[in-house]
Amino acid sequence: MAFAAFGSSTEAPSHAPLKRSWVAIALLAPGLAYLVLFFLTPFVSLIITSLQAPVEFGDVGQYQPAFQISNYFTVIETYWPHFLRAFGYALAATVAALLISYPLAYFIGVTARKWPMIQALTLTFVIAPFFISFLLRTIAWKQLMADDTPLVQFLKTVAIIPPDGHLVGTPFAVIFGLTYNFIPFMTLPIYTTLERLDTRYLEAGNDLYASPATTFWKVTLPLSVPGIVSGTLLTFIPAAGDFVNASSTFLGSAQTQMIGNVIESNFLVLNNYPAASALSVLLMAIILVIVAVYVRRSGTEELL
Amino acid sequence: MSRFSLGRWLLPVYVILALVFILTPIVYTIVFSFNASVKTNIVWNGFTFDNWLNVCSAQGVCEAFGNSIALGLVATVIATVLGTLLAIALGRYRFKGRSTVSLLLFLPMATPEIVLGAGLAAQFLALRIEKGFWTLVAAHVLFCISFVVVTVKARVASLDPALEEAGRDLYGSPRQVFFRVTLPLLMPGIVAAALLSFALSFDDFIISRFNNGAFVTFPVWIYTAAARGIPAEANVIASAVFILAIVSVIAVQLTTAARRRRLAAKG
Repeated sequence: MAFAAFGSSTEAPSHAPLKRSWVAIALLAPGLAYLVLFFLTPFVSLIITSLQAPVEFGDVGQYQPAFQISNYFTVIETYWPHFLRAFGYALAATVAALLISYPLAYFIGVTARKWPMIQALTLTFVIAPFFISFLLRTIAWKQLMADDTPLVQFLKTVAIIPPDGHLVGTPFAVIFGLTYNFIPFMTLPIYTTLERLDTRYLEAGNDLYASPATTFWKVTLPLSVPGIVSGTLLTFIPAAGDFVNASSTFLGSAQTQMIGNVIESNFLVLNNYPAASALSVLLMAIILVIVAVYVRRSGTEELL
Repeated sequence: MSRFSLGRWLLPVYVILALVFILTPIVYTIVFSFNASVKTNIVWNGFTFDNWLNVCSAQGVCEAFGNSIALGLVATVIATVLGTLLAIALGRYRFKGRSTVSLLLFLPMATPEIVLGAGLAAQFLALRIEKGFWTLVAAHVLFCISFVVVTVKARVASLDPALEEAGRDLYGSPRQVFFRVTLPLLMPGIVAAALLSFALSFDDFIISRFNNGAFVTFPVWIYTAAARGIPAEANVIASAVFILAIVSVIAVQLTTAARRRRLAAKG
């Protein structure tokens, strides 16, 4: 949704007056100044902080300007499993959310067109999670997955989890929490593209003796690629940086800590600002590379 | 048509199951706002209205809620003004560096919240700025601006330039045309953007966690409380906000649908 909207008109509108460009500058100045001050400069601060060295004989949390690139090697050496977990969990959650959301988006965008009331109501229920605290929703899942609940008892009876096993604290629970949390972010952009799908294409497929499955694979799916790309990015990026689902107070345990958890603990608990900053810079760099490759591969550069 | 019959049933049944899945933790949260809980709100102890009647009895929860509302309002006003100006510039004017501006607006949305949060926190640390209400405002405006631009820009793009031309033809000054024609036409988009900003700000946790200092927002309060068990009063506040929001959304949808039907009947 958000990503697609940016690409809709990269070239200037034809009726745009060229002469009064000082008006454009006046309109742009405050917003751009804000972004430079609170978005670009913090990045510079992050990079400077990531290279700092501890003050000699100083207290915990005291650092001085330096050019200690070894900070990066240290954090990679210490936290590479957290990077792997973050991207692994985020990938699993993105795929799961896509599988769950696509039929839902198809129903709202195509099937329910004949019934506007049902369409509007289903859409409202899909975005309903936005209206209630995300931390409370996650806690609700934790309690629904607690050891003595009917759900876990059932899974134990059918031997999906061992008699002494748990659900909370496992990678499954973390991926489950991430998936649940990002379903609306996945469903909305796919719905937006499917809603504009011309159903006459589907009729044409049918007229040309294509089976519904063939029509879906050859017509519907390719036409919904922009929505899928937006949805997967809106899920993958925040999921990779999340630290709530994986934290021990919520759905995770010490064995499920993601990169977000170690950035949080290094910055806010251990006061190891250079390590937290180096981890943030690395996370951002990896995500930018993944996004660039992914967008190019899926042939949707115009989205950016 | 018979070969479609399986698909015809399968999809609606699937959608119902998916909606049940989506709504489960929400219903759980609302139900447990009525729990006669002792200390922790994990086991069902019987139905009570006490939590709803004495919402503020849990220490700090009402203060945190008020903090979140104040923060949301201030951040929304600033983000909506800045974002609307940017959206008008992008939608109405040709200028050099247009794609750079678009990229600069796109990047905050492509950055994980934790990187935005840590970056700002590193900045405030370097400048020795004490974290609190205003550092949170700065952070919340940052992640709201891009969403405001996206929402308002869509409205600017759908605006018929002939209406503004008509205003100019009728000897309206640029200022009159803007305030009497352009702005009223953009209003639905601006209102939608403001509501989105407020919702984003109100539920933000990750960026707030890095920049709140001693200023406790509602999500930060829940996070801290989660370590020892969240009291039912938090569920009460969240449920009240949820019910208010969902009722308004459904009411708006029903009136729009009714109006559309009336117009169709007339037309």
